[in-house]
Order: sequence, then C-alpha cells, then structure tokens
Amino acid sequence: MTAYLLRRLTIAIATLLVASLVVFSILEILPGDPARIMLGMNASADTLEALRTEMGLDRPVVARYLSWLGGMATGDFGRSLTYSSSVTDLVLERLAVSLPLAAIALALSTAIAIPVGVFAASRRGHAADTLSMGAAQVGVAVPNFWFALLLVYVFAVGLRLVPAGGFPGWGETWASHFEALKALVLPAVSLALPQAAILARVTRSAMVEVMGEDYIRTARAKGLPRRVVLWRHALRNALIPVLTIMGLQFAFLLAGTIIIENVFYLPGLGRLIFQAISQRDLIVVEGVVMLLVASVILINLLVDICYAAVDPRLRTGR
Amino acid sequence: MKTIARFLGAAAILLASGTTALSARTDLVLGVVLEPPHLDPTAGAAAAIDEIVYANIFEGLTRIGPDGEVQPALAESWEISEDGKTYTFKLREGAKFHDGTSFDAEDVKFTLDRARAEDSTNAQKVLFSAIDTVEVVDPASVKVTLKHPQGSFLWKMGWGDAVIVAPESAEGNKEKPVGTGPFRFENWAKGSSVTIARNPDYWGEPVALEKAEFRFIPDAAASVTALLSGDVQAFPNFQAGDALPQIQADPRFEVVIGATEGETVLAMNNSKEPFSNIKVRQAISHALNRDEIILGATSGNGAPIGSHFSPASPAYVDLTGTYPYDVERAKALLAEAGHPDGFSATLKLPPPPYARLGGEIIASQLREIGIEAEIVPMEWAQWLEQVFTNKDYDLTIVSHTEPNDINIYARDDYYFGYDNPKLDAVMAELETTTDTAKRNELFGQAQRIIAEDAVNGFLFQLPKVGVWDAKLEGMWENAPIQATDLTKVHWAE
Repeated sequence: MTAYLLRRLTIAIATLLVASLVVFSILEILPGDPARIMLGMNASADTLEALRTEMGLDRPVVARYLSWLGGMATGDFGRSLTYSSSVTDLVLERLAVSLPLAAIALALSTAIAIPVGVFAASRRGHAADTLSMGAAQVGVAVPNFWFALLLVYVFAVGLRLVPAGGFPGWGETWASHFEALKALVLPAVSLALPQAAILARVTRSAMVEVMGEDYIRTARAKGLPRRVVLWRHALRNALIPVLTIMGLQFAFLLAGTIIIENVFYLPGLGRLIFQAISQRDLIVVEGVVMLLVASVILINLLVDICYAAVDPRLRTGR
Repeated sequence: MKTIARFLGAAAILLASGTTALSARTDLVLGVVLEPPHLDPTAGAAAAIDEIVYANIFEGLTRIGPDGEVQPALAESWEISEDGKTYTFKLREGAKFHDGTSFDAEDVKFTLDRARAEDSTNAQKVLFSAIDTVEVVDPASVKVTLKHPQGSFLWKMGWGDAVIVAPESAEGNKEKPVGTGPFRFENWAKGSSVTIARNPDYWGEPVALEKAEFRFIPDAAASVTALLSGDVQAFPNFQAGDALPQIQADPRFEVVIGATEGETVLAMNNSKEPFSNIKVRQAISHALNRDEIILGATSGNGAPIGSHFSPASPAYVDLTGTYPYDVERAKALLAEAGHPDGFSATLKLPPPPYARLGGEIIASQLREIGIEAEIVPMEWAQWLEQVFTNKDYDLTIVSHTEPNDINIYARDDYYFGYDNPKLDAVMAELETTTDTAKRNELFGQAQRIIAEDAVNGFLFQLPKVGVWDAKLEGMWENAPIQATDLTKVHWAE
C-alpha cells in the first residue's frame, strides 16, 4: 500500500510540473499585454514601460518561470497583476462560493440520480424505466443556462422567494448564512439537474449489468428480500463507475460552471479565471489552473480510495 | 385563529407601507457590466473604475457636470494670469479625506507631481503634459504654471485620472480608495459588488443616499431578471439587447437613452494599400448606410456622426452629408482608384456587441461595392496587441470612448496610420487657444479635415441606455465623462 501511494505521489508531482510548464508557455505565447489592457488606448509608451516594470514583466521568461515555481513550492502563488491582492486570497474568496455550490449540487444530483437509476434498473423494460430514462434524456439535452433562467423567472421574478442572482457573502450570523444559502439554491439546482441526468443513466446501466451476475441470483435464491438484494448487494457492486463519474463531475463543478455563474452573477472560480484570462492577469490564471490540476489529482486519488472502500478486493491485494 | 393571522398580516402591510410613505428610501443597488480591476482612477484606464468612484468617492480640482460643463470642486475658484500660463486655485477649506486627514495644497501638489512623474502609471498622463511647475502658495491656494497656455486645462483637471489623492493613502487606493467625496468606500466583495456609504463629514451638501451598492452583472439576460425581480434598481449602462422594448413598456421602469463620448468608427489602416488611397476610403464611406448600421448595432439608438466628434458638444459640426450613402458613386470611385472589381480585406472585430453586430452589416454593405471583408472576431487583449499596438489590420470597428479625443488624429504613430500636416497645425493651435469661440471654430476645422480625408468610416455616437426604477431621480442622462454620479440621486417621496 505504501509503495502504491508513493508511486501515486510521484506521478502526481510529475503531472503538476508538466502542467506548470504547459500553462506557463501557453500564456507566454498568447498575444496581449497586461499593461496595455490596464492603461488603455491613450497611455503613452513610457507609462506602459513603467507599469510593466512594476508588474515585473520586464524580467526574462526563464527567471519568471523559476521564481513562480519556487514561490508555489513554498505556498506563495504570487500577486495578481490587476487586483492588488495575492492569488491565494483571491482563490480562497472564490472557493467560499464555488466549493459549497459544487458540494450542494453534487449532493443534490446524487440524491436524485441514484434512487432513480436503481429504480429504473429494477423495473428494466417497464414503463417506469422508459419514463425515468426519458426524463434523464431530457435533463441531459436541456441547456443548463436556459433552465437556470426559467428557474429565475419562476422563483425570483414571479414568486420572489429567492434573489435573482448575486451572492451576499456568508457573514457572521445565522441569518446571513441562511441568506447566502438561499442565493445558492437556484444555481445549485440548475447545476445539479443535468449532472443528475447523466449520473442516473450511468447508475442504471451499471445496475443492469450487476443484476445479471450469478451472486445476485444466489442472493435471490437464498430468499433475501428484493430490496436488500437491490440496495446492499447490487448497488454496492455497481458503485465503481458511479464514483468515477461523480469524481469527474465534482472537478467540473468546481471551475467549469462559468455559464451558471454568469447567469446568477456569482463570484465563483470560473468567473475569476475568465476575467483573469481576458485581462491577461497571467499570475492569476497560472495559479488557479495549477490549483485546479492539483485538485483534480486529489479528487482522483480520493476516488481511488473510495474504490477500495467499496471493493474489498482492492484493499487486500493488487 | 385564521382571523387573527389575517389581521396581523394586514397590520404588517399597513405598517410597512406607512413607514415607506413617511420617509423615502435611502439605499440603492446599481448594476454594472464589468468589475473594475481596482479602484484607483489615477492608475488605470478602465471605465469601470470611474463609473464607481468618480464624483462619489474622489474629487478633483474641478469636475465635469452632467452636460459636460466644468464646475468647481475641490478648487472653489481660480484665477488665470493674463498670458494664460498661470492658474491660481483657491482651495475648499474644511475638506477632509475619508481617513480623517485634512485636504490642503500639499495634497494637490503631491497628486499633480505624482501623475507627471517619470514612473507614473497614470493612463492619461497626457492630461498633465502642459504643467511646468506646481507651487504651494499657502495651505488654501496652489499655483500651477503651464509651459504654454492651454485652453482645455480646467476641463482636463476634471477627469477621473486627475482626482486629488493624499500622500498618506495614495498607495492603498487600489484596494481601499480614500478620497474627499460625499461617499466613502465601504466594502469590495470581489466578483460581487462594491459598496459605498454616505460620508458624514463631507464638506459640501450631503447626499440623499445612505448607501449604494454597485453589483457586477456581466450577462445581459441576468440584468433583465435582476431588474424585474427588484434586486437591482438602476443600470446606468444597460446592455440593450432584445429585452429593451419589454422594459420600456413597463411603467415601473424608466428607460433613458442618452449619448456617451464614444465615437464609433470603421477604422481603416491609412498607411496600408489600398486604404492609403483617399479614393478607396471615400468609396468605403459612400458604401456605408449609417441608418442600417445603427439599427443593427445599437437597436437604432445611436446618433449618426460624419466626423470624429460628439453631437452633444457645442463645437459639433454636422458632416454626415460629406459622403452620403451612394453605391454607384462608391463603385465609380473604386474603379478610379484602380479596383474596378473590388478587393478583399480583413475586418477585425473586438468583442462589444456594437462591433460584432455592426461588423456583419458593414461587411454586407461593402460586398455591394465589390469589397470582400473577411470578418475576424477577436478578444480585447488580442485586439489591443494586433490592431492597436502592431497596426496589423485592414479594417476594424471600435468606439473611441475618451471625451473630446479628436486630437488622436494628429498623434504620430497612431493605429489609423493617418498623417496630415494641416490637421497637426490646427491641433497645435487649438492646444494653446483659450478663447471659446476660437476653439470651437478650430474644432470645426479639424472635424472637416478628417471628414473630407475620409480617414475612417464615421458611424455613430455610442448611446448610453440608462434603465432605472421610475421613482428614482437624479441619474445622469448622458455620459460626458465616464461616471455614475450619485451626488444628486434620490428616491421620490
């Protein structure tokens, strides 16, 4: 197990290094001068030069790469070129929105998808199966920004139950926590639905496959109730593909939610990256992308550990 | 039980309506499209900065009013010497910065010297280029000596880039702006909003609003729902889109279409074949049907222009008839220029909708006279580098949003690639002329020269579409300078 973990760790570090090189070079090649973007069309050449020096962009490429890498190794991701705050602070602020949002959306989608998937598999071929999988198909096909706007028109403009968008911050009191949570309801629902649709389909097909196995027949033959067979014996064995998809979905929900963040004007990680790219805030883009690479690696690692938890064979031997 | 609940409900409603009737609201949430990179107007060109802090948090010696006029601000009054080179400003006494430090002549000297310094990162450093020396006479007066008389000096000192900052706080203004204005900075929730609150120690007339929040809403559809749900009560610059008629028809909202200082042009690379030939440029100008372009690019809200000048200005000359829409004439000119079968060119378009939408219409209008314009969409960073800095383009569409910026045509090495000594002479004379009538006449000459030279295809003045709650009063109709001045904004009682 230790050897296994060690190997995983080495691969993770190598991946991070390669990613850092790729990210840095792509942003180096990308046309666009952050100083010009900041100072606009009327700025004179010497002003631009002064700002470039202030930003540290006058140093050679290799020196900048190495100092960036060295900084990251010590936990310093550098300072934003546009915002005058550190990348770490910016990311932490955004994670306060993106992390809970991703978690709520994933919890919601799991809570819908797994029962639906299991139910559809157990009624395979029946009307209930066709109906729920048809609904899932629609869920996959509906663009989430459209669905989000629909939710806003009903629940914010019409019923005025929740705000149409924005995020008031978590605050100190229970009341402000509640307000913040309220602001995340519609975004979480609109993110969860398409994810739930995909997850339900994956659950169903994994279940269908497992249900054909010999041990299920054995369990049935032993006289175990149908419910127990379904949930304890079949689902547990069908979980591995489901967990894989959930891992991928969580990584996506962390930073790939820019469209939903725009519809609800939420200060999430996706918008931070988008803004940083358009302003050529290279340090921020580099820092955030590296954090995302690291978190994807971490999530995959966690998923692997979860495999071991659901499948005892992976725990004991190779 | 039910009756009691009903009674309580009714009482609550009565109570709520009672309190609103007694005193008007004092809070306001405004929607803005872009988040500023920081909040220091003296260190960045982004309009998003000025659209929060100008006149609200920061003040200059002078300020620009809603009709573009120069008004006194931190300078109560001024005297100009006979030769027009020395300005003695009498400063407002009792004004204080938001951190409690007092405002005096030293702050003015610090601000102006900082903006002119070698390592200055002021985006409009050219505003200060005429200044020779700045002297503190006494704490309440300051003497600015110019290298030469400058007609527009007081106007220039009213820009957001020329606001007065204090040596104690200047370095921190990007994150925590400290000015002398009627509002003080309260909070910036990155990615969400900036909140400002009434400054109780303001030297002038206190503002009606106690609190104002600028919320960043990049998406056009989201700004409609934010308005309809009541979350946001005002959009100084609404992203028009298709929803405007729906809002115009709603009596709860007021839609005010004004003008900005943005001259929108089809810029042509004058230093490059075939655009270096005036006949080709004239042909293109004749090929442009402004009405169609305005309808498509701004839903019909922009005012047509025939030169690079704002129709709102008193010095404006209507030159839209210089090269009227005339396809036959355009074709003839093109043939005279040696391109009877037309030619092909690229049309590079930055992201704003006016450029992307207008570009498609212009491309089809150019096709009418045989010019195949290949549309190349690009993001801002790319546009600034390729088109603006490296001048690697044939045609492009962009709005020049700096106020009164016809002088860019006299600038060496500007991306238009245009050079006309006659215009340079007019601009040089204008720089040192202080008499208003004479200035207006020179502005007129300059407008005519660039219109006749058909430097660019002059399209329209970018509109300012303001949308706000019908009970809100005091918002600016036009944008003579980039600002969301809240000093006179209040809720009707």
